[in-house]
Formats: sequence, C-alpha cells, structure tokens
Amino acid sequence: MIPMIEKEIERNRWLSAAEFFDIIAIAEMTPGPIAVNSATFVGYKAVGLLGGLFATIGVSIPSLVLILIISRYFFKFQNHPLNTAMFYGIRPVIAGLITTAAFFVAETAIFKDELSMDLLIKIFSQPLQVINIKSIFIFIISLVALKKFKLHPILTIALSGVLGILLFYVF
Amino acid sequence: MLNKKVNLKLLIEIFITFFKIGAFTFGGGYAMIPLIEREVITNKGWIKNEEEIIDVFAVAESIPGAIAINSSTFVGYKIAGRVGAIVAACGVILPSFITITLIAAFFSKFQDNPIVKAAFMGIRSTVVALILMAAIKVGKKSVKDKISAVISIVTIILVLVLDIHAIFSIVGGAIVGVIIYYTSPKKVAQITGKGDEEN
Repeated sequence: MIPMIEKEIERNRWLSAAEFFDIIAIAEMTPGPIAVNSATFVGYKAVGLLGGLFATIGVSIPSLVLILIISRYFFKFQNHPLNTAMFYGIRPVIAGLITTAAFFVAETAIFKDELSMDLLIKIFSQPLQVINIKSIFIFIISLVALKKFKLHPILTIALSGVLGILLFYVF
Repeated sequence: MLNKKVNLKLLIEIFITFFKIGAFTFGGGYAMIPLIEREVITNKGWIKNEEEIIDVFAVAESIPGAIAINSSTFVGYKIAGRVGAIVAACGVILPSFITITLIAAFFSKFQDNPIVKAAFMGIRSTVVALILMAAIKVGKKSVKDKISAVISIVTIILVLVLDIHAIFSIVGGAIVGVIIYYTSPKKVAQITGKGDEEN
C-alpha cells in the first residue's frame, strides 16, 4: 500500500519525499491502520481538514463495501459443511499468520537486528546480543499483567507507554 | 441475531466500543484481537464463541483494505446488520482521523519528539505481548489435530522465512479444507460434528 501512496503523491505533486517518509513514521506510531493514518495525513497536508476527511473516507470505503457484500453471503453459507471444512483449513493458517505478526512487530520492538535465521539462532545462543533488555522487560510485565491479572488490554497499553517514557527517556 | 431490532442505544454502544478499540490499536490489525475479545465477547457478549472471531479475521485478511477496518466492519455486521457495520467502521476509524489531524495541524515533528519515541517503544513491546496472546488463543482453538498443526507450522515458515504473501497461505488452507471435504467424509463428519457440539 505504501508504494502505491508514494506513486500517487509523486504524480500529483502533493508533497515532497522527505515529508512522505515523516508521514509513514507518524502513521506507524499513532493508533489505527497505517493505511488510514497515512492517507489522512497526506490529505490534510495537501488540502487541509477537508482533504484529510476525504482521504480517510476514500481509503475506507472499498473495505466497507467489500465487507458488506461478503458478509451477506458469508452468513448465508456459514453452516454448509464445505464452508466448515474450508475454515477447518483456514483457521490454523490464521494462527500461523498471527504468530508471524508477533515476530514482525518484535523485529522493531524487541530485537536489535532484522529477522533472519541468524537472529533466530542467536535468540537462544547469545540472547543479550540481539534482544533489547528494556523492551523485553516491558514485554514480560505486560504479558503477566494481561494473562495473570487479566488487566484490560487498553490499560496495559497505556501503562506500557508510561513505562516506555520511564525506561527510555527518564533513565 | 441479524433479525434483532436495531435500536439507537445498541448502535451508540457499538460506536463507542469500536472507538475505544480504534484508539488503542497499535501495530497492525492482529493486535486488535485481545481488545475485540475483551470488549465484544467478554464485556458485551455480542459474539458468543471465539471461532467466529477467527473466521472474521480470516475474511479480513483475505480481502483488500486494512485488517482493522475489515474486521470491525464484519463484527459490526454480525451484531446489528448493515447499519451496525457502518457504525463500527466509523467508530474504529474516527480515533485515527482525530489523532492524525491534530498531529498534522499542530505537531508535525511528532515522530522526532524523544518522549513520544520512548512511549512508543514501550507500547511496541506490549503490542508484541498482545499479538502473541492472540496467537496462542487462536492456536488453541484451531489446531486440534496433526493436519491443522502442520498447516500452522507451514504457514509460519512460508511467511516468516520465505516471505510469501499471507493470502497464498489462506488460499492454501482453504484448498486443504476442500480436499478433505471431497476425499474424507469421515474427517468431515468429525469436523462438522465438533462444530455442532459447540453451538
């Protein structure tokens, strides 16, 4: 998606390359989908408030329409055995995809290097070399808070923001 | 559930719930799963079993668009039909819109601010924890035998090591399911039988 936005921005001369990379950084650091965040930002920078609004609506509508169409049929065939068999095959894929998503986020949050076989081996052989200690500390605390104390995920996120400021800024 | 009379109070509740979820979804759509679970299943009881959430994410991942919007729209549809879908989508998008507009208007060097950076580093670690918890939970619900365990492991290898796009592994999983449907009636009876028990 990001290369697509970049191409459109270049074509329309909405903003400079440096501005664009700033936007991607901001989109990643703010809540919400990167696609929506960056589209909103580009729209705002190009035309102002209305630009942001229209970019947001524009980038969301295809999803909305597609899902509305699909959900009608999805719930109609939900209990058909073929559908059940298909989702029997798909669900473990989703479990796998979520696991990989955890790794991809960990790449920028907990690991110091990019994901590679080398990194995976080092996690076990020389963990201190590839793992950020402060990050893994926050990671473990939030895991305990979520799992053991059933702290609300939203509260855990807010707490980790404060912990981040303490560990990475104050100390 | 779709025949339920859609009232304004329900729609406002859907909006607020997804607004909350949208405001705290960092690091991609999958980090939403524990939030959706807590709000939609545990707190509100709008959706009864977790398998349904897994299927929602399967569809959300398979079609274009952000996973967060796709899944919220889908869940909204499940709760209150077409209007519910639109309300959920608006709710989940609005926090993004507000945050980005404020930053674009007043705080353009947001990403260079050291305090923001530090808070963000902290949040990223928790996001990993949230996604990992979602992975374990979804894994427990979906990996029930050898075939599904193999599918999961193959997916991880394909995407993580070989950099294959997620959609191919979803199609692959669906094909495995279809093959089972046409070749092994015994297995199908087992799968669908299990499904009925849970409902």
